[in-house]
Amino acid sequence: MKPLIKKLVEAVGPSGYEGAVRELVKKEVTKLADDVRVDALGNLIVRKGKQRPGGLRIMLSAHMDEIGIIATHIDENGFVRFTTIGGVYPRTLFGGRVQFLNGAFGVISGERLESADRVHSFEKMYIDVGADSKANCPVKIGDLAIFERPMIDLGSRLVAKSMDDRIAVAVLIETLRKLESTPHEVYFVFSTQEEVGTRGATTAAYGIDPDLGIAVDVTGTGDTPKGMRMAVKLGAGPAVKVRDGGMLSDPRVVRWMSDTAEAAKIPYQLEILEAGSTDARAIQLTRAGVPVGCLSIPCRYIHSPSEMVDYSDVVNAVSLLTVLLSNPIQLK
Amino acid sequence: MTPKKTAPSTAPLIGAEQISLLERLSNAVGVSGAEHEVRKIVMAEIKDLADDIKVDALGNVLATKHARQEPGLRVMLAAHMDEVGFMLVDGEEGLYEFAMVGGIDVRQLPGKTVLVGKDHLPGVIGAKPIHHTTPDERRNAISLDSLRIDVGNGNGKKVHPGDRATFATRFQQLGPSLVGKALDNRLGVATLIELLRHAPAHIELLAAFTVQEEVGLRGARVAGYALDPQLAFALDSTPAGDMPSWDGEESPRYNTRLDGGPAIYVADQGTLSDPRLIQHLLQTAEAFGIPCQIRQPGGGGTDAGAIHKQRAGIPVVSVSVPGRYAHTAALVARLDDWQHTLALMFHALDGLTPAILDLQR
Repeated sequence: MKPLIKKLVEAVGPSGYEGAVRELVKKEVTKLADDVRVDALGNLIVRKGKQRPGGLRIMLSAHMDEIGIIATHIDENGFVRFTTIGGVYPRTLFGGRVQFLNGAFGVISGERLESADRVHSFEKMYIDVGADSKANCPVKIGDLAIFERPMIDLGSRLVAKSMDDRIAVAVLIETLRKLESTPHEVYFVFSTQEEVGTRGATTAAYGIDPDLGIAVDVTGTGDTPKGMRMAVKLGAGPAVKVRDGGMLSDPRVVRWMSDTAEAAKIPYQLEILEAGSTDARAIQLTRAGVPVGCLSIPCRYIHSPSEMVDYSDVVNAVSLLTVLLSNPIQLK
Repeated sequence: MTPKKTAPSTAPLIGAEQISLLERLSNAVGVSGAEHEVRKIVMAEIKDLADDIKVDALGNVLATKHARQEPGLRVMLAAHMDEVGFMLVDGEEGLYEFAMVGGIDVRQLPGKTVLVGKDHLPGVIGAKPIHHTTPDERRNAISLDSLRIDVGNGNGKKVHPGDRATFATRFQQLGPSLVGKALDNRLGVATLIELLRHAPAHIELLAAFTVQEEVGLRGARVAGYALDPQLAFALDSTPAGDMPSWDGEESPRYNTRLDGGPAIYVADQGTLSDPRLIQHLLQTAEAFGIPCQIRQPGGGGTDAGAIHKQRAGIPVVSVSVPGRYAHTAALVARLDDWQHTLALMFHALDGLTPAILDLQR
């Protein structure tokens, strides 16, 4: 699965411009699916199975988009000013490299500050794309870029940009591959525009009108030096979300996911995240409401160019999802 | 963008009649939630231009002009009728505390004249005269709590808490410029009326004159749901911050510039525009030699932010007429920018086919 992960995390797909990722995913899933379509906001919707008696219509969602930047101004010396797409932190940018959708590269730096230990605000940063005038700048206002960074394989740990949420895209693809039969009509949704407000999942969920929704996304961990207060750690299994900043999982879904993991002897942990949210929130609030849960891949340094996951959590997430979808579901 | 002329434009022109319509729209009072005066003008203007016109539960005017050839691409055009303003909260003897409706900087207010209630009673937002202020007070912004709308004792009984008020500015044409209150977004409303008048035959045109945009895109949300289009354009006005800076430095933040032509949105707080629609607009502008500019990506938002999330999703883009001093007593826009906006939208609609939805994105 590592070559697939590498391909996915090194692809360029900021929110609203997920085309390259969508093409990659499409290639992987077309032979495995009963139906593949792209909706009005660019969500890739992949169906497997046809609803049988006792079966449910299930929506899984993993978002294809990643955070990035967008050019707002090119000055007379060819320096690019920018604003953010999604939740970007100023402290992760300085000295980093960006890759624009049109292929141009650049380095992020900033104005000289009064005090050297201050973090630059976005207004005081710029991107140097190697131009020396507005005329020869390869970037225009409105061009988007992502934080360029190749994946590194540390053995059990993998580090890359956009593990959030390409790691879940990989998990859904592998689950689709492993899922031999299902009593359910399962929609694997590779969603768009999650990082700017779960917009793709909002409209995909409306279109699918599911009986049950599960988002697959990354979550933070509490296992780093003087880190945040959180019980989740790398390598202890995928996390069954109980709540986050925007959603309370349906307790029946939490029980079903945990009980299934126990029975199948797949390691898992329970996740309580105080901030942030996922596509599950959008699915939950669709139409007349949908029971939802979320399976999370523990991830360190989220929304930095070096997000770290444990490979065993990824493999276990695939196993758990496959078991969950292979059998009839009784929420209780 | 450097326009290079390649095709002659057959776009409708803005003449005395259109400017007079804009004048009436600008002078009408339509603070969010009470858009009836603007709605009345719109209804009168479009009654012979559309096949079906209705006012929905929130007060949006939804007008359909059917395609005269099948199958028509269902295209929604939205322009909000409402403007920012004030609401009387409490008071007596003609002096009223008030709240903002929509985003207004309180520093704009002291000393401004206003129109209050449905009878447009004149009032003034009173300010302490310089005789009575301390040097300290003059350095600091005035708080909203300390301001009152003064309608004069005699009129005190004719207004009530809940009445809305707006700036008393009257529309004027100043050389190449248009000056008035509420040009955000009466410019969009006037543009949409002209587009209905000149609707291309192959498009199922779904015009939405929306309410309550300034308080959170509320009208557009239900209008998008009801009309259920295949794609949508929001027509609006956006700030131009292109005034010369005092120190001669190049400003990296101006949003848009006057005389730059219509502003095409790529990203704002609420929307990532569909790249296929952005491309279509840019190619149309180039083909007809229409100047245009990309609005600086950043905050703010338009009706597109609500429309694109309706039902199973709707590709959207926004096109705005740039204007200086938005959300103050007087916005300054350029007639040429408005003309170019109308021309761009006219040709963009004329050249729009269902094939746009099959393009790579």
